[in-house]
Amino acid sequence: MLLIPCPHCGPREEREFRCGGESHVARPAVAEAPDDRTFAEYLYVRTNPRGVLAERWHHLYGCRRWFNLLRDTVTHEITAVYPMGASRPESAP
Amino acid sequence: MTPYSLLSLARNALTGHRRWAPAWRDAAPKPAYDVVIVGGGGHGLATAHYLASRYGVTNVAVLEKGWIGGGNTARNTTIVRSNYLLDDSAFLYEHSLKLWEGLTAELDFNVMFSQRGVVSLAHSAHELTALRQRDRVMRLNGIDSEMLDRAALRRLAPALDLSPTARFPVTGASIQRRGGIARHDAVAWGFARAADRRGVDIVQNCAVTGLRIEDGRVTGVETTRGPIRAGKVGIAVAGHSGVLAAMAGLRLPIRSYTLQAFVSEPLKPVLDTVIVSNQVSCYVSQSDKGELVFGAARDNYSSYSQRGSLPILEDCVANLLQLFPAFSRVGVLRGWGGTVDVSPDLSPIIGPLPVEGLFINCGWGTGGFKATPGAGDVFAATIARGEPHPLAVPFGLDRFATGRLIDEAAAAGVSH
Repeated sequence: MLLIPCPHCGPREEREFRCGGESHVARPAVAEAPDDRTFAEYLYVRTNPRGVLAERWHHLYGCRRWFNLLRDTVTHEITAVYPMGASRPESAP
Repeated sequence: MTPYSLLSLARNALTGHRRWAPAWRDAAPKPAYDVVIVGGGGHGLATAHYLASRYGVTNVAVLEKGWIGGGNTARNTTIVRSNYLLDDSAFLYEHSLKLWEGLTAELDFNVMFSQRGVVSLAHSAHELTALRQRDRVMRLNGIDSEMLDRAALRRLAPALDLSPTARFPVTGASIQRRGGIARHDAVAWGFARAADRRGVDIVQNCAVTGLRIEDGRVTGVETTRGPIRAGKVGIAVAGHSGVLAAMAGLRLPIRSYTLQAFVSEPLKPVLDTVIVSNQVSCYVSQSDKGELVFGAARDNYSSYSQRGSLPILEDCVANLLQLFPAFSRVGVLRGWGGTVDVSPDLSPIIGPLPVEGLFINCGWGTGGFKATPGAGDVFAATIARGEPHPLAVPFGLDRFATGRLIDEAAAAGVSH
């Protein structure tokens, strides 16, 4: 069971949250007329690291707000919590 | 190596079973092979077996970082079926099911394939309509399928709760009678033994740490037991596909999640078929030892931990008890988590990667076990010929750019 530190409500159990997948996946700008391959990359391809992953979480059964986490996909350790729109912090070694 | 027979059984019984030869050699890696398969699970071993037996490539090594069949091959619920709606998937899984039907004889190893039927439950009029559609499509594709009404279901599985007061009352079902379960360890061991007899080297405790690529062509692998040169490299590592692809500088449309399953204490015979419910999210069968083997949906966030989350365990047990309230006093003996490689359309990716000589078989997500022989055959043909096997053509990596997805949410929606 993960204990997830919601920046608005404090630590809550994982049942209250939904994971929204990898963060910082930028949609290609329409002005640049992205080709199919670029758009497929945006839609489907993910980093999927064995290690630290930046991902979005939604406190669905709480404050219903979104935020970002750095979580290790092997140990499940959460090393950073930061707001939507902020850039990814340096992950601790 | 001598084939197994009644005579060999009698001879070994008389000598106290102390003289059985090992089923395969624990090979040390040679400096070079024509083909190196990364991953000694069911898929990797089956690929090696079919490369040697059907496609004439015998200078093959299977590299496994732990022991063979110790990953997802040992972490599933062993259900085998081909009840898929879309043609591309139906033909691929049916190819596999046909190989299952002759596998014990082909491998000279009892994989204990038991065609006890796989039942899909419907819990609403709409779900029943969808099941009926799939039933008709399957029959048009030449794959066996039957509809079951509630009376037939009661005869087939008396312990199943068919009462109208259930939270999700059962409205009907379909059954694929040729589906069933198999013995997971025997599948890995049988393919290993058959491949070994044709000269394939099975190298355990040998993790691949890098891929050697020169001028856009793969030339070998770096391993914990030294470098190995290879003409072609096939990757069949399920949950770790992204890690291997990253060694070639590639990114895949794959996310790795934990899928859990559980085994109860042994009971007397109570369930002689496989029951699957998408609505309630549960699948259950009873093993030959009498244990209930059951599972539900995958975990909600990506993970390589091979350790499941507790809320999913709770859901899984609650769902099983919705279908079978009588199991409420049964003790759960153990559970396990496997790292599954989930693709965006829940269909596998089989074919060449954008590096010459490098091939991948991945994206089977939560349902790779049933495809073991079929995926092995199709992947072996793809590697040997350097171009996709006809059944694998729709499953190439390029489908995500062309948009020709094979969206099997209906048949693969529940993990099994």
